[in-house]
Amino acid sequence: MSRSFIAGAAGLALAGALLLSPAAQAHKRWLLPSHTVVSEAQWIAVDASVSNDIFDVDRPYPLKALEAVGPDGKPATVDNRLEGHRRSVFDVELTQPGSYRLTLPGQSYFLAWQENGEPQRRRGWNGADALLAELPDNAEQVALTETHSRLETFITMGAPNSTALKPSGQGLELQPLTHPNDLYDSESARFRFLVDGEPTEGVEVELVPAGTRYRDSQDHWTLTSDAKGEITIDWPAAGRYYLEAGFADKHPDHPKAQQRRLQYLATFEVLPL
Amino acid sequence: MRPWLALSTTVSAALFAGALTANAGATELRLEVAIPRMAVAEYHAPYLAFWLKHADSGEIVPLGLWYDDQEKWLKDLRLWWRRTGRTQSAPYDGLTGATRRPGTHSVDFSALPALAGLPAGDYELVVEAAREVGGREVVRLPFHWPADDTRTVTAKGDTELGTVTLQVGP
Repeated sequence: MSRSFIAGAAGLALAGALLLSPAAQAHKRWLLPSHTVVSEAQWIAVDASVSNDIFDVDRPYPLKALEAVGPDGKPATVDNRLEGHRRSVFDVELTQPGSYRLTLPGQSYFLAWQENGEPQRRRGWNGADALLAELPDNAEQVALTETHSRLETFITMGAPNSTALKPSGQGLELQPLTHPNDLYDSESARFRFLVDGEPTEGVEVELVPAGTRYRDSQDHWTLTSDAKGEITIDWPAAGRYYLEAGFADKHPDHPKAQQRRLQYLATFEVLPL
Repeated sequence: MRPWLALSTTVSAALFAGALTANAGATELRLEVAIPRMAVAEYHAPYLAFWLKHADSGEIVPLGLWYDDQEKWLKDLRLWWRRTGRTQSAPYDGLTGATRRPGTHSVDFSALPALAGLPAGDYELVVEAAREVGGREVVRLPFHWPADDTRTVTAKGDTELGTVTLQVGP
């Protein structure tokens, strides 16, 4: 009796935490390019991993949805896709001057319900309908949450341009006011967050410097987008940074979902000058 | 290929002569750069870049580049790359040439066409060195253009550059 009570309380607490804080339970996910600023045409290699260890690999991230966009806005050539045991990797060919964008969009659903007074929950990556089909007949207090995530990183050959960086107008996106391949220590960067193309206040942003494996603290810091949807990042040092932004609203695509959670995750490289 | 090359050389020589004429007796901008000898197991001669920065406007005038035709490493001249290199492509602006070994080297920018129309004002001549398996260093030499009489400005690097001496004159 006490055991089921504990399980129930823990389940309820977990479901509550998931609802309140979209990012809190999710693992960090990231793309890590071997190079971000290059001075001639070349291939670069990219790791994609689900790992809380920034930037050391842990688990592979599916590459099926990968978008690689070149400086002319057209698809860039991707080769050697591999989803390994601890990471995914792929190569991108940089052939023309300008900026390349790599994006891995993802969508999942989270379903919570009560069954015989017990909280139940399930997560699905194959659409809401597949998840809803698993609901038992006696399910009560059904809550469906839609989650969109977007992993991004940027690479520039020669001078930066912004064609590939143009927002799509869907979900949570970063609109760079400082070019993401023009980041230097002792300078600050300004980014604007858009939700469905509109600058949005209240986007919660977390930044983590690389190298968590070799220190005893995360050394992360948090920012919230202002009335113009903007944040200013003062880079503490040169290096690579993990950025995770989250926002929740009540505008899901699926008619049976009540809430939409938006996640934007990006990797930036800051150079010494 | 050869006749084309020969023609190209003639044309640049002619342009050069023209620039010299336009500038005749008006300007002098010469540099002596010491590249220190390193006691290291793996040594590669440093890439060097030279440019002018206008003190007020921040405008950049590329003066030269010493590299070994490996554009792959040009990004390592980080400041030059950001200020001007990344918006260029080969042939790079200014006097370009191969890397130099340790020792003191002279380079005379006086005849560069870019100096002919250079507005009067305070400038910095910036020298940046980046060495593979080594370090990077930037040295700045402030001066006024045009110079009333011959002046010498000296700066000294700590690691990748030795003494750098600028001679600017009428």
